[in-house]
Amino acid sequence: MLLDFSTQTHYLWALLPETVLSVWAMLVLLVDVFQRGDRSEPSRPGIARLTFVGIVLAAVANAWLGTFREVGTDGVMALDTFRVFTNYVFLLAAGLFVLVAERYLEQERMKYGELYVLVLLAAVGMMVFAGSRDLMVIFIGLELMSVAVYVLTGANRRDPRAAEASLKYFLLGAFSSAFFLFGVALVYGSARSTNLAVVANVVGIDGLGASPMLLIGMVLLAVGFAFKVAAVPFHMWTPDAYDGAPAPVAGFMAAAVKAAAFAAFLRVFLTAFPSLHDTWGQLVAGVAVLTMIAANLIATVQGNVKRMLAYSSIAHAGYLMVALAAASTTGAASFLFYLVVYTLMTVGAFAVVLVVGRQGESRVDIDWYAGLGWQRPVLGIAMTIFLLSLAGFPFTGGFIGKFYILRAAVEKGMIFEAVILVLASLLSYYYYLRVAWYMWFRTPADAEAHEGIAVSPGVRAALVAAVIGILWLGIFPGSLLEIAERSTAIFAHAAGGGLPLSIR
Amino acid sequence: MEAFLNSIGYSSWVLHFLLLFPLAGMAAVLLAPAERAKHVAFGASLVEFVVSLPIWSAFNAASGAFQFTMDAPLDWIPAWGIHYYVGIDGISVLLLLLTTLMTPIALLGSFRYIQAREKTFYAMMLLLETGVVGVFVALDVFLFFMFWELMLVPMYFIIGIWGGERRIYAAIKFFLYTAVGSLLMLVGILYLVFKLQAQTGELSFLYSDLLNVSLTFREQVWLFAAFALAFLIKVPVFPFHTWLPDAHVEAPTPGSVILAAVLLKMGAYGFLRFLLPLFPQAATHPTIVTVLLVLGLIGVLYAAWVAAVQPDAKKLIAYTSVAHMGFVVLGIFAMTVQGVQGGMIIMLSHGASTGAMFLLLGMLYERRHTRQIADFGGLAAVMPVFAAVFVLTALASIGLPGTSGFVGEFLALLGTFQTHPWIATFAAAGVIFAAYYMLPMVQKIVFNALDKKENAELPDLSRREMAVLAPLVALMIWIGVYPKPFLERMEVTVVELLQDVDQRRLVNPPPLGELIGSRSVDGLSDR
Repeated sequence: MLLDFSTQTHYLWALLPETVLSVWAMLVLLVDVFQRGDRSEPSRPGIARLTFVGIVLAAVANAWLGTFREVGTDGVMALDTFRVFTNYVFLLAAGLFVLVAERYLEQERMKYGELYVLVLLAAVGMMVFAGSRDLMVIFIGLELMSVAVYVLTGANRRDPRAAEASLKYFLLGAFSSAFFLFGVALVYGSARSTNLAVVANVVGIDGLGASPMLLIGMVLLAVGFAFKVAAVPFHMWTPDAYDGAPAPVAGFMAAAVKAAAFAAFLRVFLTAFPSLHDTWGQLVAGVAVLTMIAANLIATVQGNVKRMLAYSSIAHAGYLMVALAAASTTGAASFLFYLVVYTLMTVGAFAVVLVVGRQGESRVDIDWYAGLGWQRPVLGIAMTIFLLSLAGFPFTGGFIGKFYILRAAVEKGMIFEAVILVLASLLSYYYYLRVAWYMWFRTPADAEAHEGIAVSPGVRAALVAAVIGILWLGIFPGSLLEIAERSTAIFAHAAGGGLPLSIR
Repeated sequence: MEAFLNSIGYSSWVLHFLLLFPLAGMAAVLLAPAERAKHVAFGASLVEFVVSLPIWSAFNAASGAFQFTMDAPLDWIPAWGIHYYVGIDGISVLLLLLTTLMTPIALLGSFRYIQAREKTFYAMMLLLETGVVGVFVALDVFLFFMFWELMLVPMYFIIGIWGGERRIYAAIKFFLYTAVGSLLMLVGILYLVFKLQAQTGELSFLYSDLLNVSLTFREQVWLFAAFALAFLIKVPVFPFHTWLPDAHVEAPTPGSVILAAVLLKMGAYGFLRFLLPLFPQAATHPTIVTVLLVLGLIGVLYAAWVAAVQPDAKKLIAYTSVAHMGFVVLGIFAMTVQGVQGGMIIMLSHGASTGAMFLLLGMLYERRHTRQIADFGGLAAVMPVFAAVFVLTALASIGLPGTSGFVGEFLALLGTFQTHPWIATFAAAGVIFAAYYMLPMVQKIVFNALDKKENAELPDLSRREMAVLAPLVALMIWIGVYPKPFLERMEVTVVELLQDVDQRRLVNPPPLGELIGSRSVDGLSDR
């Protein structure tokens, strides 16, 4: 179908997966309300299944979206493969979340279904956030996603830690939204448009690169994004928010929220400011180096596995920023590949944390993992694979992803960043392996230490899917690599393909 | 024999088989009942060894090219120019056979030592074998790196789960040390590949393609450093050796055997496969060569002195590994045919003698649950067969004429003497030191008076234990008496390698000082 945005219906078609998901969210909400009367049921798998169906439908709609073509390249909603690809990533994260969340609700005796509605709405926000070409619409997506996730963080109303985490996240998130919005205003003030393509034209022609207003606007946008992706020094909220949030939500935040913010980051900067890459490229590379070093150092001393994973997610933001700083099609493709792998391993790791944590998620200290591997081999092996993949070990998707980012960096002559990346990974080996050594080398407190761990069918399905995905992408990454490379071809003119823009 | 091998297309599938069969064995071990796991694993490794044996005769010693390859590299990740491509030449053929030989020996030697979690243990050992075989046969640098890293995981678990008291410390130290080097090597590999792409427009990780990259002298030095670090740690060369004594002492016997006999060789293999041919200008630079030779020399002498004062026999043997590998480094960087051949022979000899030594100490440990030299004495009276093998192994380790150690060290020293006589002179003292640390230990354990009553009743070697040791003893004597079949299999490859390096060396190498203080490696800017 060819869309030229001459009529309103064209806009609706361009928003097909978002529409499907929004409508489905309303449906889930209604069903939840009418079912709530029945309090005798211990859990409500029906709602989870219904949500899952919605996600599958959205994925189908997304596939259909991939066949649409647009007139020109400056429509408000982008109709490119990059958007289709990132949409799949968000849906994947949401789908895994639904599989795992059921176990959480059961564990905490929570009978309400808002969690599922909110996750669908957050996914809609992400899709708009990452798929739009207009700064105002991007902001709407950002807010829709953020508000849903603030509530998700505090979903467990009986848990004071969750309330604290939610409030912290909300305050700092609001702060970052303000930065972002101010950036949008300044960019609009100097470029007289909020459309990314128009901004790019104006910046390129008028030599606005020297305009302080535009530069400040650009930097403020970057700060807003840096908050959302949790890059150092804007990461302070992350450990508390992840620690307090329910484990499935933390996994969803670490994977999908970060993926959305990064995808939007990439789209905005590669579409609107490619000619200013000399400036922001160095800025992003600097932040990346800082993030990789600081996050990995702090993670080495964490005794709480959930907090360790929070710092690990900050560290991974650093790796992704290296790909962003490379600003090439290789960089963008490596970034997309990494998002998929990262989603699988992060959601998987948090799922293990969830079931080991048990009610109230009280068992998140590393001591509770002693001997886990021998008593619960499936959990132990799955967790070991997630950890090895997070560390970037060969034959896992994490290795291919990291290798891809390294490749993008070296290709651009960013040897320093590449060396920092591998040295930071080395630090990360220590803290990932530490969990592995607790699981396999230590003896548990008593012979029944891990008897009470209950793995629901949903969690099992999520773990199996994640493990298979990670190993598959680690051994046969070829097809996904090709898709990722095709999906970033749209940035070729902006970034000049794989060729270096500048050599430092 | 040849006709039979041809009729089954042996040379076209043997390397793939050797690579994948241990994985099948691993699956079989995991499916087998726990009490049969060790037999299944041993059987699998024995099949692997038997299948690998015809390589010995089918290998064409007159050719320096890669053999047993496929017709064309198989695309693995086409978008990145990564291939599945395997083959062996005169350098890797003997190390490959050493690997397939040592694995069944180590497995048979662990039947009594490993009592807990047997299935996992044997699965890990077979996974390890796949990793090591992969390192020796991979002809795609990416593939090589994957296997190089893969082998860390099973070794980490072998040390960490079945090791001694400080096993966690030793396992993590082993892992981190090795990973430091290999990660920097990864950046080096990427740099090389993009250099290739910039020059030819083609993206490829094939070893044969990377040999054609032309690099400036400065790039060679930096890349040499990145690769060398990985191999120096692995070998290990002083001062990067500190992980080795810990890993050896804490690892269970079969882990120590494989670690010493095979894994250390991967580092020296890296020197020959990558450092010399890829960066000939850096590898022949007088300052770099001198530094490496001196480090090798320090390894020989220092490790000998440290070994001499160890109360723990296993730690003593661990230090002798450092000394032996020091000789290997001397031989390789002497850049003479004798030197390199000597280094290779030492590797084989060290695999046999040190492997046997660890097995013998493991057998003692199974009987007495101690490894302290002072706890033994006079074992010759109660365990005559053990004593005979122990003495022979110690002599081979020292390098007594007629044993494998002598041939290797003699050639390595001879080769070093041709180019660096002073270093060879000092290194020769290392042979004397070897006697100085080894013989007192032999005396205290095997001879002296049988003054401890716990030792009076020790049973001699069982038939299984003799079967474990017999092939190693045979190998030590065979290489010592008639090394020609080993030497001729590597000769052509070594000669061609050194000629190639010699042709591409810089005639007037600039001093290294000029490179230090300059901003950075000159990047891909010339594309």
